[in-house]
Amino acid sequence: MRIHFKTSYDHDIRLFPDLWSFGVYAALLVIAVILPWLMDDFFLGEVTNVLIWAIAGLGLMLLTGQTGQASLGHAAFLALGCYSCIIFMEQGWPFLIAFPVAGILTGVVGTIIAIPAIRLHGIYLAIATIALSILADDIIVLLDPITDGVSGKFAPMITIFGIEIERWTTPDRFYWLVLAITVLCTLAYRNLLRSPLGRAFAAVRDSEVSASAMGVHIARTKAAAFGLSCAITGLAGALMGFYAGAFNNETFSIVISITLLMMIVIGGLGSIHGAFFGAVVVAFLPQFLSMAKDLVGGSSVAIPGLETGVFGMILILFILFEPMGIYGRWMKIRIWFELFPFARKDMFKRQKSYLKTERLR
Amino acid sequence: MEVVQLLVSGLANGCVYGLIALGFVLIYKATEQVNFAQGDFMMLGAFVCLGLTNAHYMGLPFWLAAPLAVVIMAVLGYLLDFFVLRHLFGQSQTAVVILTIALGFVIRFVAGVIWGHEPQTLESPLAVGDFNLGGVVLGMADLAVIVVTVLLTLCLYQFFQRTRLGLAMQAASQNQMAAYFMGIPVKRVQGMIWGLSGAVAAVAGILFASKGAIEISSGLLGIKAFAAAVIGGFGSLPGALMGGLIVGVIEPFASYYFPAGYSQIAPYALLLLVLVFRPHGLFSQVRIKKV
Amino acid sequence: MSQLLEIENATLKFGGVVAVNDLSFSVKEGEVYAIVGPNGAGKSTVFNLISRFYDPYAGALRFDGQNLLARSADAVADLGIARTFQNIELFDHATVLQNLLVGRHRHRRTNMVQEMLFTPKVRREEERHRAAVEDVIDFLDLQPYRDKMIAGLPYGVRKVVELGRALASGPRLLLLDEPASGLSVEETQDMRWWIDDIRKQMGITVLMVEHDMGLVSGVSDRVLALADGAKLAEGTPAQVQSDPAVIEAYLGTGVV
Repeated sequence: MRIHFKTSYDHDIRLFPDLWSFGVYAALLVIAVILPWLMDDFFLGEVTNVLIWAIAGLGLMLLTGQTGQASLGHAAFLALGCYSCIIFMEQGWPFLIAFPVAGILTGVVGTIIAIPAIRLHGIYLAIATIALSILADDIIVLLDPITDGVSGKFAPMITIFGIEIERWTTPDRFYWLVLAITVLCTLAYRNLLRSPLGRAFAAVRDSEVSASAMGVHIARTKAAAFGLSCAITGLAGALMGFYAGAFNNETFSIVISITLLMMIVIGGLGSIHGAFFGAVVVAFLPQFLSMAKDLVGGSSVAIPGLETGVFGMILILFILFEPMGIYGRWMKIRIWFELFPFARKDMFKRQKSYLKTERLR
Repeated sequence: MEVVQLLVSGLANGCVYGLIALGFVLIYKATEQVNFAQGDFMMLGAFVCLGLTNAHYMGLPFWLAAPLAVVIMAVLGYLLDFFVLRHLFGQSQTAVVILTIALGFVIRFVAGVIWGHEPQTLESPLAVGDFNLGGVVLGMADLAVIVVTVLLTLCLYQFFQRTRLGLAMQAASQNQMAAYFMGIPVKRVQGMIWGLSGAVAAVAGILFASKGAIEISSGLLGIKAFAAAVIGGFGSLPGALMGGLIVGVIEPFASYYFPAGYSQIAPYALLLLVLVFRPHGLFSQVRIKKV
Repeated sequence: MSQLLEIENATLKFGGVVAVNDLSFSVKEGEVYAIVGPNGAGKSTVFNLISRFYDPYAGALRFDGQNLLARSADAVADLGIARTFQNIELFDHATVLQNLLVGRHRHRRTNMVQEMLFTPKVRREEERHRAAVEDVIDFLDLQPYRDKMIAGLPYGVRKVVELGRALASGPRLLLLDEPASGLSVEETQDMRWWIDDIRKQMGITVLMVEHDMGLVSGVSDRVLALADGAKLAEGTPAQVQSDPAVIEAYLGTGVV
């Protein structure tokens, strides 16, 4: 166990608690940057997919993990980010402008939607967001003149300062672009966590009454969480559009919404690591399943619903046995090794917590 | 005449939604948990009955297979509570929501493996014949759905008002702690409620399958039924049925009077409107809890 | 000394039940004012009125001459009113340090965008907040629990953390809802010294609800006895304790 001697307030504010963890993350970043030379294009594409899902996961994590508001409709915001970014680019806007504007637009729309939604608690919010996700599909079809409806759209070439970036022809450049955006989003998320707004999010999640007694404006804080969450999700949506190359009303279905929520639960609610761990599971599960099928000598015929079924099973097991997700398990293993051989089993015993409903009986 | 025809077919559909919504509300009232897999329960109930009765599978007579399917689903509901949901005690509502959604995925996968993904028809004696009442055509199945729903609602109502178990369930739903101190085995009662809602889902499924083809993705109907439950008011059994009827009736009218594309939006748009403008009509919640 | 908090003719009804009945009292700047009374007398309800969780049916509430009724719950905190709760309302999935930092929320001077970029201003503000919070941690001897999650802490420590969170906001008026309930004798003794120090060293006015008459008479300047939402007696702890109406409310009629 490392012991930190704190000599100034900055110690608690720093991004990394000590040199060791700074070194670990720096090394991780270096590996991430040189990855295109270590891997073939297929796997690089998969890693890109992981990163995009992780960005979307960060978006939802901010809302669900940090602020405690479950949304089952985030695919609608993925769609909004994707469509707006690509429509802006079709109007001749450069990517560097269209992309952030799409994010901001999604955030603003998210905030507007949040204003009635934040009055809703728990399941009511869940069902409202489900409705939103279903409506998004229909609205895209109805807005055919702008969105090309069922026939869908194709993502254009990204050009940044004359450098052409495309998913298939230049997968390495596309990977670096996604990596840069991932790092920026993660940094922004981390910064929020160490500043007043991030703490206000957690306060709203854990106890609305005492948060407001401490001067936190509940509605405004929830709206901010919703807006930020949607903005990040919108950015991820735009990247998903470029990654897929072509998309239509069915690309961002309710299943994507649900997958996204399940992903952050599996990864570990309330942590940045959780979004990444969850993204790895989501992105690699199909590959893993097809490899497993080959291994048992199964036929190459696709079994419908296999992925979602297995995914659902994994989720159920996690909620039952490790509600803190992969991140929680990882922390336990790490602590076990750090304390070796002094770790005791009861150290990891779950604290008994009781359901606090806002409903008065 | 057309209006009446639309109304009748809407009511029949609405009854199915209402029955699924009834299952939601039963569980919600008793445990404050929401079973997002209720629609998939319905689908599963239908397929269990189909597997028992269709000549292609086991070929049991329908009137034996249907009650058997209801019993199987009730046992399944109870076991589900026993093995899974009881262990979630104390975790957040959100965890239960996500868990039941995942459960829906698993049920759909398993059912898909067993019965395939093609639409199938239930060989049901309810599925034959039409009535013609002064120009309004009413399918035998539609009539059966309406009659069974009304009967079932009455039975459930009587059950909750008259029987010891029903009263215990009500008590457990109103105040778990007090019910516990009064000597009501709250956990077992909750298990029974899950069983009961499984049985209701099976009835809904059999009726739904009698009205037309059933496939694995029919479980997604649950989302519509959920909207119905919210529209009608989540707190009460009659409310759930009313919400189901409202959604059921709106759909044929919307598709008749609105251009294509707008009609399937109608129930969800209504849901959002209700949530935005009449949230207090739906809540038994108070915004700020006592401190 | 001037009046810091004034409650005038406040009435609150829950349905047909009158929870607070035409209650008037005022708290002077710099004093410790205690509200006592049997269970259900409306003590916590008075606090919830001041925190603006409940709207009074009639009456006026003023803090330092400003109308409290014109403010929402979060805006009350901005005036410098901090409180604790009877059944501890901490942020369970955060550390002690983070809980105390939320207490600083009313001093937030940065916006969302600045915080996402963590500009130098945000850093300066953070250092200021943390300096204030570390002072509170030192004052309440919370160093051993600094980085612990609330969910794993014993009851007595949570009680102190809640006091710390209220203090971290740098309040002018501190509302303590049963600060000693559930505490051991030693912990109650600590609480008593802290309340004394809060008043004397920090110059914070304290309004508290408490059952423990030992604590009440030890720290408070004036005591208000409530029964059924109405004022029964007001005065020094000794006066109130010897008031016949108070004795009757506590012990019931028929006891001589």
